[in-house]
Amino acid sequence: MSDVFFTRADKLAARKVAGEIVILRADDSSLYVLNPVASAVWEAADGRTPLDAVVRDVICRDYDVDAETALRDATELLAALSAQGLLRTSDQPLPAADQAPPHGAGA
Amino acid sequence: MNALMQRVWDRALEERVPLSVQFDLTYRCNERCVHCYLDHDDHGEMTTAEVKGVLDQLASAGTLFLIFSGGELLLRKDLFELLGYARALGFDIKLKTNAILLGEREADRIRDLGIRSVQVSIYSHRPEIHDAITKVPGSLHRSLAAIRFLRARGLHVLIANVLMRQNAGDYPHVRALAAELGVDCTIDPTITPKMDGDTSILNLRIAEPQLLRVYTDKSLLGDPANEPPPPTDDEMLDALPCSAGHTACYISPYGDVFPCVQFPMPTGNLRGQRFGDVWHQSPQMNEVRAIRVRDLPTCSTCSFMTTCTRCPGLAYMEGNMKGPSSADCEKSTARARGLAAERT
Repeated sequence: MSDVFFTRADKLAARKVAGEIVILRADDSSLYVLNPVASAVWEAADGRTPLDAVVRDVICRDYDVDAETALRDATELLAALSAQGLLRTSDQPLPAADQAPPHGAGA
Repeated sequence: MNALMQRVWDRALEERVPLSVQFDLTYRCNERCVHCYLDHDDHGEMTTAEVKGVLDQLASAGTLFLIFSGGELLLRKDLFELLGYARALGFDIKLKTNAILLGEREADRIRDLGIRSVQVSIYSHRPEIHDAITKVPGSLHRSLAAIRFLRARGLHVLIANVLMRQNAGDYPHVRALAAELGVDCTIDPTITPKMDGDTSILNLRIAEPQLLRVYTDKSLLGDPANEPPPPTDDEMLDALPCSAGHTACYISPYGDVFPCVQFPMPTGNLRGQRFGDVWHQSPQMNEVRAIRVRDLPTCSTCSFMTTCTRCPGLAYMEGNMKGPSSADCEKSTARARGLAAERT
């Protein structure tokens, strides 16, 4: 599988609230709350780190899951978040997102 | 509020996260609205660097919803620099403005920054009434032009229609105007004392017959439930009076932190203190947080308690944050009379 790079889409607001990433779209006020694994993927969305590295260095480190399963689930998650317009993906590194990594309390 | 949003607020409450903050960047204004509660002289607004420092702290504290207001925001020459900085920190941003300085270029920038909503004050559909309230000739025309600029760019706009004696009968026309413009509209009959405690502007509050009209207007409220209010129970008595100091607070242009824009109880100042220290450790903030409905000696036994929209900040301005707020007592009475009339 070729590398997949991903970054956060523009015109989103996001914050980590009590351990979960909360995302709000500016255009239609849609609200998303990511579970802890999806939150970890979101926080790693810097446009430079490929998905398999995020899976290896973050997901498999923090969760009891084998690499193959984790990569399959993360790939599905990436597709879902991209379909919702929350992430942009590419087979090449992407420019850094226009937002700093989400700060937040209760993480 | 949908279930997912309610869950976010509940989690924020559990973790004491200041999820929503109103941040007034200036009290200076280019209108002189007759009902305004602010002193428009500049007593030393925070600098660009100071505001950015506060935004950094709010982001770290978990604030997501940021309402920038004033005064008139567009009088700050660094407004768009601050908006860009705040967006880069991931805030969801709503602007409150009179919009008379908002042209096509400003509308473009607001769109490009991903601002979610812009609230514009409109007092009447009649220029002679609106402009007499703002004391700026031509202000209605300019505000409406700005709304059209924003809408042409697909931005969400909300008209805020504050009701007072001068414009109490105009709200149906303002709502029709909002519909024509494709924007939302809120009606609010609340006139608050000035922040220095001066109550002279309270005589602008709409009279009881006008208030009754508002509370019996089915187009505003829907069909009022033709039933008495639900009985008081322990869950209601243990409830919080409102979100002020729990998941929300207010920051003035001078760095003062209050529980809410309508609750001017000083709890700290960000020129000498860190936001997190004020939010978590201020004795005044913790005093506000400790109050439950059952601690309100008059209101907890009032027959309107379960339907009242009591504002603790207005009560505070009347001298006792655990007491009633007369404005809300009047609203509750009007609401009850409206319901009684509905049943007969």
